[in-house]
Amino acid sequence: MTTALSPGRTRRKAWTRALRRTAERIVFVTALVLIGALFALPLAWLLVAPFDQNPTMAVKWPQWTLSSFQRLMDNPYALTSILNSLLIALGTMVVVIALGTLASYALSRVRIPGRDALLYAMLLLSSIVTGTAAMVPTFQLMNLIGLINTHTGVILVLAGGLLPTVVFILKDFMDSVPKSYEESARLYGAGPGRILADVVIPVARPGIAFVAIWSVVQVWGNFLVPYLLLRDPASQPAAVLMYTFYTESGQADLRLISVFALIFALPVLLIYFVVNRKFGFRFYGGIKS
Amino acid sequence: MPVAKTTQTSPRAQRPRGCDEDVAGLGGGRALLFVAPALTLIALFLLFPAVWTIYLGLTNYRLTGLAASATDVVGADNYLTTLRDPSFWNSLRVTVLFVALSGVVGQSLMGFSLAWSVRRLGGWARTALESVVLAAWVIPGSVVSFLWIALLDRREGTLNALLHMPGKAWLIEHPLAVIIIFNIWCGTAFSMQLFSSALSAVPPSQLESSRMAGASGWQQLRDVVLPTIRGHILTNTLMITLWTFNTFTPYLLTAGGPGRRTEIMSVYIYKTAIPGGHLGRGAALSVLMLLINLVIALAYMRVGRSRR
Repeated sequence: MTTALSPGRTRRKAWTRALRRTAERIVFVTALVLIGALFALPLAWLLVAPFDQNPTMAVKWPQWTLSSFQRLMDNPYALTSILNSLLIALGTMVVVIALGTLASYALSRVRIPGRDALLYAMLLLSSIVTGTAAMVPTFQLMNLIGLINTHTGVILVLAGGLLPTVVFILKDFMDSVPKSYEESARLYGAGPGRILADVVIPVARPGIAFVAIWSVVQVWGNFLVPYLLLRDPASQPAAVLMYTFYTESGQADLRLISVFALIFALPVLLIYFVVNRKFGFRFYGGIKS
Repeated sequence: MPVAKTTQTSPRAQRPRGCDEDVAGLGGGRALLFVAPALTLIALFLLFPAVWTIYLGLTNYRLTGLAASATDVVGADNYLTTLRDPSFWNSLRVTVLFVALSGVVGQSLMGFSLAWSVRRLGGWARTALESVVLAAWVIPGSVVSFLWIALLDRREGTLNALLHMPGKAWLIEHPLAVIIIFNIWCGTAFSMQLFSSALSAVPPSQLESSRMAGASGWQQLRDVVLPTIRGHILTNTLMITLWTFNTFTPYLLTAGGPGRRTEIMSVYIYKTAIPGGHLGRGAALSVLMLLINLVIALAYMRVGRSRR
């Protein structure tokens, strides 16, 4: 049975519906604005405090100045620690790219017995053995072979942790390199090493570039491994020094901390947004842990 | 060591056959030589620690004192001591709360709601919202923890100024709640990205026809969207659980305190093993952690494979 509605009732109904929709819209937008503010609030300090004459803990409109940046230059450890971060990140990247490229190429081209099982085991291992679960043996191993307090030790530990994922991602790229290229290179008498260097690596370059950036971002913010293995402030990377800045100094030097935090955070932010723009969504899931 | 973090993780990826055709003439021997250096590093820094932890967990190895020079195998002692230690049970309770509330519930729900609502938003508003959420994720842990220390500072923090509550010591009065919210703040970006890519894969025609049939927004979500992205929800939950369980960043905010109120498992292991010097006990705890990680990772790989 259908009920015929009087024109007045229909209009009223349309009215309430429109009203309800507007109310819903307002609630929706308010909620989003609140969530956005919640996320932005802590970040705001990083944007204003470095440029403030007298930064406080609170976010406030700054009295603009660049003088705080001088503080960074004057601190004996600040710049060194950024250099240490750079050294560790680039060192890890080089190790990971060199070993990862070789391994992924071989795994892509030659069917070594048990290859799939090997890849599977590597991936499983890399997700269960994390910095926190392996801190005791890692610390002891480094103590044993005398690499405690060295950058080499940190680089090796980080590279070992990243390699399974790197090999895995790179193998995907190697698989997509057309075989005909290699065939023709071989016809002209190129050996495997030459083919790898002159044909495969140039073709797989986007993949290698992505993995390089990915590993730098992973290492740049890593706190636990260098915190465990490096005890000397002169060799600590920015991630560790940042922490000692605000815990060990009784009176926090906010001008130094704010500038330092900004300089330390900026590279990954830039890398991230550039990569994001360039590669788009596909790499979203993989770039930072 | 950061965890492997790709979404395309089944090693048995289906490739066209003949992909492993050795056109470059690499040969088996040379291939092994190419793989060996990478495998050596992995064996040294992933496989060895895993195996060595199991051994160390059975010893009374200490950093200092008598047992440091003469380490004995003590069997299950470390495990028994651990089980009798109230601070272990405290840590377990804190960890379960932390992982469940900040990871499983917090990050997933917040990530999904953001992905769902941002979908209808366009232009700069969407970019702005996504950018701040992403920035919270990308900025290194030691920086974001300081940002939160500044935010929550007792005397002149931004939060107290906004709420007109001078002198409220958030980190001392509600430490667990703080690290839970902090972890949601840091990690939501991953769920948001995963869910927005999942949502964009839901066929618009299905949503359209359910709307035609008169389904409300909630009904569309329940009957059309959620069944379609079920696999993504599972993947997301497992990844988030693994990472939240292993994260060490809350240490930077509270160092496990006050007392032991924010002593999640990773912090508990660190405090037992390194400053506490009980490496054997720390290793025993690590074994438990490895086992839990193994279960989650196996579940994840199963899900990943069945989804292909």
